[in-house]
Amino acid sequence: MKSHVWRPLFIVLGVAALALIGQVFLVPKDFGVWQRGYMYGWHRKGNEAEWKKVSVKYRTSAYCKDCHRDKFDDLRQSPHANIMCENCHGPGGNHPEDPPSLTIDRRRALCVRCHCRLPYKASGRSAIRGINPVTHYPEAECVMCHYPHNPKLEAKR
Amino acid sequence: MINRRGFCKKALLIAGGFAIPVSALELFDPKKLLADKNDREKVRWGFLVDTYKCVGCGFCVKACKMENEVPYDASVTRTWVERYVLTSDGVTHIDSPRGARDGFTDRNISLGSEGMKEIKDEDIAKAFFVPKLCNQCDNPPCVQVCPVGATYQTADGVVLVDRTWCIGCGYCIMACPYGVRFFHPVFHVAEKCNFCYHRITKGMNSACVEACPFGARKIGNLRDPLDPVTRIIMTERVEVLKEEYGTKPQLFYLGLSKEVK
Amino acid sequence: MVHGEAWTVKELFVYPNEYIYWTIQIVMYPLMTGLVAGAFVLSSLYHVFGVKQLKDIARFSLVFSFALLPAAMLPLLMHLQQPRRGIEIMLTPHFTSAIAAFGIVFTTYSIIVGSELWFVYRRYFVETVQSLRNKNGRTFGEIFRCFFYTILTLGAWDISREAVEKDERAVKILAGIGIPVACFLHGYAGFIFGSVKANALWMTPLMPVIFICSAVVSGIALCIVTYIATMEMRKLITVWKHRQDPSLPTTEALKSAEIQVVTMTVRYLIMFMILAISLELLDLIFRGYTAVKSWDILRSVIYGRDFFKIFILQYGFGNLVPFILLLLPRPTIRKVVAGTLLVLVGVFMMRWNVVIGGQAFSASFAGFMEYRLPIWPHSFETYKEGLLGALTVGIVPFILFWIMSRILPIFLPEERH
Repeated sequence: MKSHVWRPLFIVLGVAALALIGQVFLVPKDFGVWQRGYMYGWHRKGNEAEWKKVSVKYRTSAYCKDCHRDKFDDLRQSPHANIMCENCHGPGGNHPEDPPSLTIDRRRALCVRCHCRLPYKASGRSAIRGINPVTHYPEAECVMCHYPHNPKLEAKR
Repeated sequence: MINRRGFCKKALLIAGGFAIPVSALELFDPKKLLADKNDREKVRWGFLVDTYKCVGCGFCVKACKMENEVPYDASVTRTWVERYVLTSDGVTHIDSPRGARDGFTDRNISLGSEGMKEIKDEDIAKAFFVPKLCNQCDNPPCVQVCPVGATYQTADGVVLVDRTWCIGCGYCIMACPYGVRFFHPVFHVAEKCNFCYHRITKGMNSACVEACPFGARKIGNLRDPLDPVTRIIMTERVEVLKEEYGTKPQLFYLGLSKEVK
Repeated sequence: MVHGEAWTVKELFVYPNEYIYWTIQIVMYPLMTGLVAGAFVLSSLYHVFGVKQLKDIARFSLVFSFALLPAAMLPLLMHLQQPRRGIEIMLTPHFTSAIAAFGIVFTTYSIIVGSELWFVYRRYFVETVQSLRNKNGRTFGEIFRCFFYTILTLGAWDISREAVEKDERAVKILAGIGIPVACFLHGYAGFIFGSVKANALWMTPLMPVIFICSAVVSGIALCIVTYIATMEMRKLITVWKHRQDPSLPTTEALKSAEIQVVTMTVRYLIMFMILAISLELLDLIFRGYTAVKSWDILRSVIYGRDFFKIFILQYGFGNLVPFILLLLPRPTIRKVVAGTLLVLVGVFMMRWNVVIGGQAFSASFAGFMEYRLPIWPHSFETYKEGLLGALTVGIVPFILFWIMSRILPIFLPEERH
């Protein structure tokens, strides 16, 4: 290797060594090939636990039942039985600590999601009784006349 | 000096001698033995969508956004519902206003920059809704093309994105045939539905499954033969989307139609 | 606004999350790497195949290729949503992805071109240091130059005939190895697109080959244009200097852009142009003939919405007109410049039609997306992914080239008669 021709190679090897040392410090220790192999499982293992730790926002109706028994029972006996409370009132989170109260959304937009009449015969949508939101009392809130927890009953005044 | 015959004899002897210990490695490969014992994972998540039951209310989209902190007003969503309206002239009209975040509250089809298309009730031949979400494919092309290993598949089949490692190149978004991926408007990294991994690993259902009042969405463990989702997949006629791409999607549909894209 | 919403207009049915995510910077990137590869191949035509008339342009294009390399990285840094994490491609490369090849390919190529440049200029470094050392009363600038060049010699001071011959042999070997590496530098970009089965326009095995041929075309064309421009500029500077100081040599001593060198280079350009256009037309014909599921929407994009961009701009102005201009009898510098500039326009349109064209239709095959290039930036994002960002990328190689030519002069002393 006496010839000067090899000089650039030494520079390259030096830079490569630096790069490998850099890798040791910069790559997280748990980064590697995990269960699904190199093609589908090349990742930082710790990330899986991070995703599992995401906070749960929706608690499902079973969570609401204990304190709001009356509304829960109303719903159970109505055609709205399968709508979870949080669909209209927003996610429960740590209610009653945080948030201390959930919104009572009285806007038409909420009801019209299902009750805008769409005659789609191939879909379950056509089985839902509905109105034309443009012509049916467009200025009023639905809850003025209808009781959302049991639409078979009149609105509670 | 060795002669030709002697050389051949010695060479064969040496090669044969090598073959024995090498084959032993093959027969008693410790890695393979372990793999056979714990061959399959006990859980493999699968999803079932019943398009007959979907009414297009969009509660699933709203719940998903809230549960997974995707900004409500952003024009991206982890899951969405598509509406297909076939008119009697044979034209298929498809739309998904804001991903059906607010449901479908207009008979007219939104055509993007082309405006709204008025559809008269009597012209409708057939119409239905198709919810879409990540298929958590068995051969996910999005994972294959990630240059840095930021997206990956867990042992139980869910494809996740490492928000601290993603460089935001967008290759995974281009590689997904289903259009499920997008850039998160706040974190500026790739994002997609992950079956609410934080819920299902705690024994809960995904947010969209809970939110659907009509039972159109169900999640289950495909490795458990007694799971209701698995039972339907094994006994009834189910379909998947874009099978020709070879992605092996694990999102199964009841009631898919030829018009569905 | 989410990323992509500012410049995407959706029509009919497009999946809610679909926007045009790969924009002008992704058009610029293959353009830049193509120029890198093409410039290198041109330089190698002299070093490897010994085409003596190309000696001048060979050194020129080698330096230009090296100046283009950092410029080629710039569009990627401007496109990434997390550019500071770009180094991860070197830290945890996922080689099942074509993009991961970037780290290896770029590093290898930089090593080869850097080393080749060192061998070409080593004698110049040594001679410069020697003449500066012999000089009395050096200015600060000259002391710095002397120090800088001393480092660049890497301690190899021998400039005897045998040593210089070793240099030339090394250059020849490196140029030979470099050709496939340069092809890979751009071929892998073609693979990035060609392997995406989700995109009906990109998915074809021909894509890497089309990109390679197009790269060589673009590199040769750019080198011809810049070489002619540089020669003319040299003359103008000498005229200006001569007016200041009549004792300096006149322009008659300076060579102008020699028409024979240019004509010879143009011949190679035409060869690769024919190859590139044949492959592209083959791809189009196959698609139309086999008419798979995606053909309906592709047809409306190729023959409808993008007809002007593809057939008039790319094939017409970018290929047919230059063909005629460059093949006419009695070639002149003016015809060559016009022809090669049009070729560069055609090359740019090809990248545009592939990258943007591939996103002009939805993966649903039932809708379209239109790309509105942001002209005036009203945010950092619309600067980076807009016209000004592309122009920045376009100007940087010339700036770098000018800086490099101060260190590695294109025209060595023995040519300044």
